[in-house]
Amino acid sequence: MAILNRKKKSLEISSTDASENAIANKETEGLSQRQIVFKRFVRHRAAMISVFTITFLTIFVFTALNFRIGPWHIHGWWKYGIGDIPELRYKDCPSGNVGCPTLSIRPGFLGGKHFGFGEHPFGQDDIGRDYFALVMKGAQRSIMVMFIVGIIGGTIGTVVGAIAGFFRGTVDAVLMRFTDFIITIPSIIIGSVIGFHFGNLGATFLAFYLGLFAWTGLSRLVRGEFLKLRELEFVDAARVAGASNRRIIFKHILPNAVGVIIVSVTLLMSGAILLETALSYIGFGVVAPDVSLGLLISQYQDSFTSRPWLFLYPGFFIIAIALSVNFIGDGLRDAFDPRQRRRLSLKDRMSGRTEKKGE
Amino acid sequence: MANPVLSVKDFTVEFWVDGVWYPAAVDMNFDVEAGKVTAIVGESGSGKSTTAMGLMSLLASNARTYGSVKIKGEEMIGAPASTLRKFRGKEVAYIFQEPMTALNPVYTIGFQIVETLRTHFDIGPKEARVRAIELLTMVEIPDPEKSFEKYPHQLSGGQRQRAMIAQALACDPALLVADEPTTALDVTVQAEILDLMRGLKSRLNSAILLITHAMGVVADMADDILVMKDGKVVEAGTADAIFNRPQHPYTKELLAAVPKLGHSAKRTLTFATLTKPAPVLTLSDVTIEYPKRGRIPAFTAVKNFNLEIYPGEIVGLVGESGSGKTTVGRAAIGLIPIKAGKLVIAGTDISKATQKDLSAIRRHTGIVFQDPASSLNPRLPIGESIGEPIFLAGIAKDKDLNHMIEDLLDQVELPRSYRNRYPHELSGGQRQRVGIARALALTPDLLIADEPTSALDVSVQARFLELFQGLQEKLKFACLFISHDLAVVDILSHRVAVMQDGLLVEEGDRDAILKNPQKEYTRRLIEAVPVPDPAEQAIRRAARLAKKI
Repeated sequence: MAILNRKKKSLEISSTDASENAIANKETEGLSQRQIVFKRFVRHRAAMISVFTITFLTIFVFTALNFRIGPWHIHGWWKYGIGDIPELRYKDCPSGNVGCPTLSIRPGFLGGKHFGFGEHPFGQDDIGRDYFALVMKGAQRSIMVMFIVGIIGGTIGTVVGAIAGFFRGTVDAVLMRFTDFIITIPSIIIGSVIGFHFGNLGATFLAFYLGLFAWTGLSRLVRGEFLKLRELEFVDAARVAGASNRRIIFKHILPNAVGVIIVSVTLLMSGAILLETALSYIGFGVVAPDVSLGLLISQYQDSFTSRPWLFLYPGFFIIAIALSVNFIGDGLRDAFDPRQRRRLSLKDRMSGRTEKKGE
Repeated sequence: MANPVLSVKDFTVEFWVDGVWYPAAVDMNFDVEAGKVTAIVGESGSGKSTTAMGLMSLLASNARTYGSVKIKGEEMIGAPASTLRKFRGKEVAYIFQEPMTALNPVYTIGFQIVETLRTHFDIGPKEARVRAIELLTMVEIPDPEKSFEKYPHQLSGGQRQRAMIAQALACDPALLVADEPTTALDVTVQAEILDLMRGLKSRLNSAILLITHAMGVVADMADDILVMKDGKVVEAGTADAIFNRPQHPYTKELLAAVPKLGHSAKRTLTFATLTKPAPVLTLSDVTIEYPKRGRIPAFTAVKNFNLEIYPGEIVGLVGESGSGKTTVGRAAIGLIPIKAGKLVIAGTDISKATQKDLSAIRRHTGIVFQDPASSLNPRLPIGESIGEPIFLAGIAKDKDLNHMIEDLLDQVELPRSYRNRYPHELSGGQRQRVGIARALALTPDLLIADEPTSALDVSVQARFLELFQGLQEKLKFACLFISHDLAVVDILSHRVAVMQDGLLVEEGDRDAILKNPQKEYTRRLIEAVPVPDPAEQAIRRAARLAKKI
């Protein structure tokens, strides 16, 4: 009680500009929209871990193998490429297996070897190719597919949704019925057809065509957002100022819808990885000699009992990438949604200090 | 103070934000007696609603309260949830500002009243229904039997508020907390609701805690008044004392800021030449229709409307909500096409406007919107918002544009440094001034002001009106000032036009219309405006009731 009394005495309100909801706005005072979103995003623990994971994985995976950008050859830090066929190991493998992994993460005092990659950390495939190199290549493909689908699907979805939502009427009806039409075709069938025709052109082409069909959900969301925003008075104000439709759409409304777009594009991207994997798994996606994680899994699904590493390592990378992107999407959604309030824990309650005069 | 229904002692509410407890209401002390109305007045953010909600621990989870709140002698602060539930609805009932959101749209109003009744009393559905219809009759809803089965969206705003009151009164509460009960309503409906509440108070002998920012409503209802500012009670006393002998400077300021109908100086307009110049805006026989959409038939919002505005003149357009004021304003700037009639803006006939005609009139017109929160693009710094019309008209670029923006900010008395701020960093009044600066960017001949002050506090409104008047006298633009607040129109305008249901009721000189209205509707509108003076308000009320009988 004494503490309460002391606190009460110190209660004095600084006479700031008496704006509405002064207290509700305290948290966002003097911050731009971007800063507010960033602050909330950083508070989302899973999303922050995912950001670091995905950054680390991308760098790790893309620097592992030899890489060619135009005339430059960049040497990867891993000694094997996917074309090398070293001798198949069989001597020190347990129970008569061949090509077992040499990766050791169990420290010496627990009966294992010292930490180390060894010669073939993820083992070797049937003909002796280094499985680590294959997995790295596959992960590169997955990440690339993810970004290409995200960019193409995101662009088409945003433009279609923006035009439908802004102009309404006939334009809206035509575009949205077209969207509905595409939605009714199951994505796995679209993917199979695309994969069947373009899979042999490589993962880039596959991703490009997948992107052409991945925008439907996003365009609906963007349309909804535009329908809401176009009724706001600042749009009328822009029109009275003499702004053209294009300027209103891209300069005035689109920046206000960016939250919705970013969030659903991230979720779209994580879906794209799984779609590519699924397609490769059923044989319609990336085809040999190219490599993808789904393809690796499908090739060695029979060896799950005898040589599980051929199945587990690519699987681990799929899960790590898809999960990270999903968590980032979740974090962004929470950060953009002003209604998402952090719950007040007892600790917060106790530790909160009372505002004093002159602060 | 023999036995107050509500007794509040040292009551404090604080909110937790980012590790700091910010006080929202501090050391409140007051009592409310049965059959009396205690009003809490103050501007937005002063903590009046927070206090009302805090009484029954209805605040969000990031709030904490201490002190003492006793209802009929029982302590509410720190009471277990079961006790609070027993008191909520039964002993303390709330009426909220927005009846559409306070009533559940998927249930009939009858169902909602019956629910309240059956939660607190052990009665069957049939008896509850009888009692609910009794309540609806008491709040004077037309045809209570039928209204019982109606959903909230089928009722008008005033009827919804009556249904809310019926629900609140279901259990004969000892205390009725009315949080801005009439803010969302038109003046004529407001007057009816206030009459109803006063009648119920004397009939049921319950105590009323009235939360409002409208001084007129307070003068009409309150016995005792608390004036709040920044979470503190700055002055408390009887209605008579507060209105006639205010002590605290803030109370005086607040009372002075309230615009009073029929007290402003005469405004005459002299034209430079003897003959009247050509009007800036001409609407003749204008009909505006919202086209049919799907199964919703076309709706005629404005019919055969005639109005002319001359250079340098402010014309006030008044009417209740739904009367078509805003539609006229939007058509007058080319945002909505007209269906029939002739519309000429600054010499350009845009009755059948093409895109080219419209871009021609953009340079001569400007508009100030109602809602300062949504009329500025939240992603653009305000400097860019203000400069946009100039930039798009191709008048100035880069450096010249910057100078012009700075001049405009000076004109509306905002610091130049504000140009890089975003709208959310500004208060409502400041945002509305940015809105004016943008509207005046091209020095228009015609300015449409669509309820620019209705979202502002009275003291902010007073400053805004002063600034607006000054600018108008300096720049001499013609202005169509749309408002539902007759007192504001009285201060500003030279001429007044009154609208009802899309029709022009009456139009003429300000004094002619406001002091000596010819039409019944105008008269009713003027009589319903509450005056911030308890004595005068009592006389007006008596006169109004006498006429009703």
